[in-house]
Amino acid sequence: MPFGYVSPEQEMRDKADFARKGIARGRSVVVLQYEKGILFVAPNASRALHKISEIYDRIGFAAVGKYNEFEALRLGGIRYADINGYTYDRGDVTARGLANLYAQSLGMVFTESRKPYEVELVVAEVGEAPEDDQIYRLTFDGSVADEHGFVVMGGVADAVAARLKDRFRAGLSLNEALDAALAALTEPGGERPPVSQLEVAVLDRTREHRKFQRLTGPRLERLLGSSAPEETPPQGSEPETSPEGPDTPATAPEGDIDTGSGE
Amino acid sequence: MGNLFLDTGSTSFTEFVGSYAPGLLPGRLQAAGAAGETIPHATTIVAATFAGGVVMAGDRRATAGNYISQKDMEKVFRTDDYSCMGIAGAASTGIELARLYCVELEHYEKREGRTLSVVGKANRLATMIRGNLPMAMQGLVVVPLFAAYDEERDAGRIFSYDVGGGPYEQTNYAAIGSGSIFARGSLKKLYREGASAEDVVTVTLNALYDAADDDSATGGPDVTRRIWPMVAVIDDEGFRRLPDEEVERHVRQLLDVRMADPDGPTAPLR
Repeated sequence: MPFGYVSPEQEMRDKADFARKGIARGRSVVVLQYEKGILFVAPNASRALHKISEIYDRIGFAAVGKYNEFEALRLGGIRYADINGYTYDRGDVTARGLANLYAQSLGMVFTESRKPYEVELVVAEVGEAPEDDQIYRLTFDGSVADEHGFVVMGGVADAVAARLKDRFRAGLSLNEALDAALAALTEPGGERPPVSQLEVAVLDRTREHRKFQRLTGPRLERLLGSSAPEETPPQGSEPETSPEGPDTPATAPEGDIDTGSGE
Repeated sequence: MGNLFLDTGSTSFTEFVGSYAPGLLPGRLQAAGAAGETIPHATTIVAATFAGGVVMAGDRRATAGNYISQKDMEKVFRTDDYSCMGIAGAASTGIELARLYCVELEHYEKREGRTLSVVGKANRLATMIRGNLPMAMQGLVVVPLFAAYDEERDAGRIFSYDVGGGPYEQTNYAAIGSGSIFARGSLKKLYREGASAEDVVTVTLNALYDAADDDSATGGPDVTRRIWPMVAVIDDEGFRRLPDEEVERHVRQLLDVRMADPDGPTAPLR
């Protein structure tokens, strides 16, 4: 027996534990269906380094874990989608194809590299009707799950998912869906993350051409204001300022992004 | 597909396709002999700016020599939310170029999380036309016209190209294609700086009508089949293709004027 032998079982277990730890360090990302499409919500203090992004006309991407790893996967996914849409037709690019490609890639890295990717992804495609929506969740080892309704990944995912389960139902309006997501992301008794530290986007089936849209600034504030009456400023006050007030320091609980190198 | 993830490379989709599947790029196949007269050609495109935006319009005729190969061809393409391009010349290469350019802009936008500047977009198109030069030399000439809304200036901008690239920024209006000499004369007389979008649509439709009047390769409005020119308007709200009913209303108005006066509106003498 060569020196330093570990059984394959032990090696896989160790890799899985390592990846899970990395993913749990960041904060959760929530993906849920609402009446007109799919909503993505992520607490993220960075304006430029995204956890949520557009892949193609009807396909969105959300990730937690190590930034450089999921960014490489995102860029690869965009290439896959663009080359297929250009070779065939825009309608021939599907989330299922993309999820399969990610599964292959993640599975290969997990078994063949010394270090697995510390990432978890969601690939979501908005359809013509809610029942045509597709949400695929991919884990670090290349497993794929076909989800319905909502997905929570990263951070204390189980607790957030449990809170979201209480509030989620099919056909929520955008306001209600956003409210449910934020309530789920907030620990009981805790304060909701301010607008400046939220990354929110939708795949809106009613939009033309490209369905992906980021919700930022005043529009997001209006949505939040109408969804959370207890935080709405009194009538006649300036709606431009965040409900938390400008004096709240911009604290990023987990840093700008999950670097995975916190320990 | 491994290299999709491991080598994240440049932001250019064209460069990526060139290394990954070069056969998919236009301009990489060598045409056998002169292909000029045998494949369909797209003809006249006009563009003109208005206060806060730009209008682009194209006729619908494609010709191969003296043969009209298509009566309802679309030669104006939306390239992203705030830009469009029209093509004149070899139709097949032009359509392929427009499709590739559209993905090129979108690819950059998705990767970088920002859109290219208007001049950046114009330069990018110039590079792609330069890539088509060998085919242009064999008769597969394609010349685009590019129009975009510039957010920083709150104004429309127009760029024209030759087969070697370009870009040449045009003030106020431009026309390309075999009917462009006639369209340009018409634009010169009817164009007013700072006019409304509605008025500029009328100006561009008149220019196309005048081009069709004198150029056999440019199609006029087809009233019996109800095929109207394609008109695109870009302003701060983004790209919008005018619906057929709206273009029809404009064209019928224009035809009413031409019934009484076949040469259309005239500019004041002094």
